[in-house]
Amino acid sequence: MTTTASPTADATRIELRAAANRVRSRHARLLVAPALFFSIALTQIPFLVTIYFSTLRWNQLRPAEIEFIGLDNYAVVFTGPDFLPSLWATVLITGTSVIMSLVLGMLFAVLLDRRFLGRGLARTLMITPFLVMPAAAALIWKWSMLDVNVGMVNVALDAVGLPAIAWNTDLPIATIIILLTWQYTPFMMLILLAGLQSQNREVIEAASVDGAGPWRTFRYMTLPHLRQYMEIGVLLGSIMMLQAFDPIAIMTKGTGGTKTLAYLLYERAFIGLDVGEAAAFGVVTVVVTIVVATIALRSLFSVFVKGGER
Amino acid sequence: MRRLRNVIITTATWVLVLLFFFPIAWMIVTSFKSEVDAAAIPPRFDAAFTLEQYAAVFDRGMTPYLVNSLMASLGSTALVLVLAVPAAYALSIRPIRRVRDVLFFFISTRFLPVAASILPVFFILKSLGALDNITALGLLYAVMNLPIAVWMMRSFFSEVPLEIVEAGQIDGAGLRTELLRIVLPIVLPGVAAVALICFIFSWNEYFLATILTTFEARTTPPFLASFVDGRGQFLAVLSAASTLAVLPVITAGWIAQKQLVRGLAMGAVK
Repeated sequence: MTTTASPTADATRIELRAAANRVRSRHARLLVAPALFFSIALTQIPFLVTIYFSTLRWNQLRPAEIEFIGLDNYAVVFTGPDFLPSLWATVLITGTSVIMSLVLGMLFAVLLDRRFLGRGLARTLMITPFLVMPAAAALIWKWSMLDVNVGMVNVALDAVGLPAIAWNTDLPIATIIILLTWQYTPFMMLILLAGLQSQNREVIEAASVDGAGPWRTFRYMTLPHLRQYMEIGVLLGSIMMLQAFDPIAIMTKGTGGTKTLAYLLYERAFIGLDVGEAAAFGVVTVVVTIVVATIALRSLFSVFVKGGER
Repeated sequence: MRRLRNVIITTATWVLVLLFFFPIAWMIVTSFKSEVDAAAIPPRFDAAFTLEQYAAVFDRGMTPYLVNSLMASLGSTALVLVLAVPAAYALSIRPIRRVRDVLFFFISTRFLPVAASILPVFFILKSLGALDNITALGLLYAVMNLPIAVWMMRSFFSEVPLEIVEAGQIDGAGLRTELLRIVLPIVLPGVAAVALICFIFSWNEYFLATILTTFEARTTPPFLASFVDGRGQFLAVLSAASTLAVLPVITAGWIAQKQLVRGLAMGAVK
């Protein structure tokens, strides 16, 4: 800007820029609108309809008798024999699987962060369980790995002199947890590995020069640095595992204490054909998820935003 | 001493990695065995190599299910890109008010369980006669993947130097030129990564596919789940079908592994 420019010319220029920005901003809204519209139409609006469904007496076998019954379905849900065991199954299976995959993921992240022969190949092999179609993973684990007669896990137990275990029927909860842990360990590992790689190597080296042992360095420097990454892993892992349906439908069909909320809803709506009650279960599932997610998300949202900042 | 310790840790690492990978390796090995060899106890490592299980899988009609999966996955991925690229672009480069609200909305839809919307979606599709319809399934997969795509794309867009965009604007580039000719070529690897991740999630999806399709539009995961009827020996043929089902995604994932973490963490981790 030159000193000879008159104040009015400056003002015009500022106005022009503001006008240009307004146009850009309008364009920007137009660019976001389709995605936003699409998303609202197919997720938020159906959810409102689900809430409406949950106030109806509606069994698909008697489609003529749909009527408004207020909160009666919720009364059935909360006083019925299925809800509490199901909530417990969901919490137990999700909680244990998240913790176990986080611990194993941490172990693998630390091991695969070292330089060693074939590290690239080892990483590639390690991420594979997460890529395997869950339906295929459930079948392979159910039959090839955990089957009481021909499963490889039982072959291994036999080799060390232990009796075979009928995992699918005797330990259904463990079966589901084993599968989820196997599938999500690579997920946790990837996130923690990204955390390890973003660590300042010089500081770690300085610590070891100053005589801090590897355990102390890990405990007091690496672990605090990884905290944020662990939180992201736990949050996203819980959200995904809360919704896990495939292993339960394929391995146990909800027997033996594995009837999670996701499976219960499916059973009520598409086997029991009770739409009203299923909708009530759906709403309750959403509330449970929101309780889990909001607390974590509120504190973590800034982390996500930072990931996309300059 | 130090060398010895290194060797021990490296060996232990490899043992653990191979143990973790074993179910997949075993699935592939078993798929090339005869049923008798596959069920042999103790397991046979010298079993004759055969392709008969793959022939059996195609005899049992797996092809249409694979084709359906491919259509739903590719179609939804294309739709996701068309919607997510402009949205993410606007959210990261163009000035827009309430960016945080919009972003929070997208991330929250990802956390809304399918349970929240499955019943109305089912009845709407039923009344439209669109149950068992591969287009409808693809559409829902697009909704499912949209938040991840927007967030992931945004993290790629925000690495584009603002100076390049501004230089284009000063040169009088319109919106279309700005997006298609200036910015998109820079973030093309990112777009590819987003596409691969959407493809992976759609290909593997089971819940919606089970509920919304019956026969015509049935995809691979529910087909696989109904593959075992518990009669006779089936380990080898099941392994062959599973190997075919997981192959496309494993290949895609291995190619995209560098970008995988960013997509899985919705852009929060680079």
